[in-house]
Amino acid sequence: MTMAHNMMLSTEKLVCVRDDRLLFRDLDIELGEAEVLQIEGANGSGKTSLLRILCGLRQADEGRVLWQGEDIHRSRDEYYSAMVYIGHLPCIKGDLTTEENIRSLLDTRSRSAAAKEIDEALNKVGLGGYEDVPSKALSSGQRRRILLAFLLLADASLWILDEPLTALDVRGVALLEQMIVDHRDAGGSVIFTTHHGMQLPCEMRSVSLGVVPRADLDMDDADV
Amino acid sequence: MFNAFSHLLIRDLRLALRARHELANPLIFFVLVVSLFPLAVTPTPELLQEMAPGVIWVSALLAVLLSLDRLFKQDYDDGSLDQLMLSPNPLVLLVLAKVLAHWLLTGLPLVLISPMLAVFMNVPADTIPIIVLSLLLGTPVLSLIGAIGVSLTVAVNRGGVLLSLIVLPLYIPILIFGANAIDVAADGLSVKGQMYFLAAVLALSLSLAPVATAVALRITASR
Amino acid sequence: MFSKIWKWIQTFSSPKYFYGTAGKLIPWFAAGALALTVWGLYLGLFVAPPDYQQGESYRIIYVHVPAAWMSLFIYVAMAVSASVGLIWQIRLADVIASASAPIGAAFAFIALVTGSLWGKPMWGAYWVWDARLTSELILLFLYFGYMALQSAIEDQRTADKASGLLAIVGVVNVPIIHYSVEWWNTLHQGATVTKFDKPSIDTSMLIPLLLMALAFKLFYAALVLVRARNEVLYRDRNRRWVRELIQKL
Repeated sequence: MTMAHNMMLSTEKLVCVRDDRLLFRDLDIELGEAEVLQIEGANGSGKTSLLRILCGLRQADEGRVLWQGEDIHRSRDEYYSAMVYIGHLPCIKGDLTTEENIRSLLDTRSRSAAAKEIDEALNKVGLGGYEDVPSKALSSGQRRRILLAFLLLADASLWILDEPLTALDVRGVALLEQMIVDHRDAGGSVIFTTHHGMQLPCEMRSVSLGVVPRADLDMDDADV
Repeated sequence: MFNAFSHLLIRDLRLALRARHELANPLIFFVLVVSLFPLAVTPTPELLQEMAPGVIWVSALLAVLLSLDRLFKQDYDDGSLDQLMLSPNPLVLLVLAKVLAHWLLTGLPLVLISPMLAVFMNVPADTIPIIVLSLLLGTPVLSLIGAIGVSLTVAVNRGGVLLSLIVLPLYIPILIFGANAIDVAADGLSVKGQMYFLAAVLALSLSLAPVATAVALRITASR
Repeated sequence: MFSKIWKWIQTFSSPKYFYGTAGKLIPWFAAGALALTVWGLYLGLFVAPPDYQQGESYRIIYVHVPAAWMSLFIYVAMAVSASVGLIWQIRLADVIASASAPIGAAFAFIALVTGSLWGKPMWGAYWVWDARLTSELILLFLYFGYMALQSAIEDQRTADKASGLLAIVGVVNVPIIHYSVEWWNTLHQGATVTKFDKPSIDTSMLIPLLLMALAFKLFYAALVLVRARNEVLYRDRNRRWVRELIQKL
């Protein structure tokens, strides 16, 4: 791990236990500027739990997550202004139009966008002309693309994406890959999970979460 | 910061207006339950009048209870709740916006229709303002306390009955004072004490309940 | 200094240490509870004079009143313990809170049953919407809510935190509920006899009452430790210290 980059997100000895099963322990992750990190692992290996811990939704059983050297629960405002998380739930309201959905997502980040910006982003993700269509009329792949447009507009330096390829077609996948590369080139960082390896046309690191043998739940020293 | 509050409020109101068929349900439920009581007893004007405060308040309680789900359930199911929690804005503020939206959509309509129900129940006309006022002070508390309950149970499968179990005991003081105010007013006595109590509970829950709800949401999200 | 205290708390609250220490304490608490119960009941049932108004039937207060006190005491203890667990992430505190709930609910139930048995000769009915009984009933509902939430959430940690928060919300509400029920009661049935119509209770009746109250406290202490021990054992069933313990058996 090179220290040449400015450190953005790091973790210290993360431990995660779920339903009486140790998912991972002593996990140290470091992510600098303009870095892409892929988290691999089989189903149930704790990828989603890890991402939820990284964005502060879930509390780690042990260890801390640091944003620019400070605990994320202390620097919540700064961290959340700089980070955007997309989980595997759609976050889309069927009764709102595409544009309204994007706007209400941006509102949670206290960010407003001009209609032109939104149009551009929608064009880029292939939803040009769908601004005023209620989202319940869209396919699940198209709804997923709304989130990609939101990602473009969110103005966040760190993207945390849980299974971002879900429901995307071949062109959607290519689009997302290109978006990640562009984001990296602009100095941003990305953490994402996949259960099958994704090949990106750029430098990328991987962390795999293995299945911890059951006997390893013995953590008397860790005392979780 | 205020923008975050108003935008969320507007979003929730807009969503409710788009799903108009659901909008009236708590209101219809309220009227329906109140109309059940005269059918279950001999509806003499005296008996109805005596029962009126309790019937109106219990029905209002149940109507709010049944509508609590929409505070957070949909947002939880589609992941929007996660986004709210990842907002750089204070979660307490966002909770307040959602509770306000909920009250505007359920509590307020109940307040507005209550005079009609008072007529159903043979309540003398000069008591009607007290009914309206007691509901006006009491129903926001129901939404505020209910928000704590929903945020604790929203992740539980079939959490409906559980929610009532948690929330109803906490509603009891409001029920007592709200219904009693109407009762006392019908006898022509002063209801200042009851109104002060309701206002005090409203102030207390306005300051504490959103904090508890925010904590509860974070607990729920940490699954 | 501060870190020393913290260290001490951590050692004491470690499940293994707790299991051992609690095991040693339980017999003492249990024996104390038994001795005080025998003593208190003897004084209460045989030594104390009959009530000038209620005759012998008042003697049920030696069970009823301490049980009612305990039900409230345990609820507060539960909320305090839950907030310790919530704020400082001490898991033993969560265990104590959840172990307390059924005991508190049982005491509330006992208070209700004895209260209505007492009510029969006094009021001529098993149930009267008396302020104390009503408050007790609502307290029982609060316990039920806590236990229902605790058992409905699968993830242990989330369940502890969520029900802990509910206990705290409940404890804030208890005085409000109590006040409103009292107030409601004076409005609706000002004429009923309150249980303590005399301003002071005779010493010969008070002493057994206090003895019984103390006995119930010790009984709770013993019981909560037994339950918490089991819970700790269950939660740590995959830990080394539990497995070693089992192997020794």
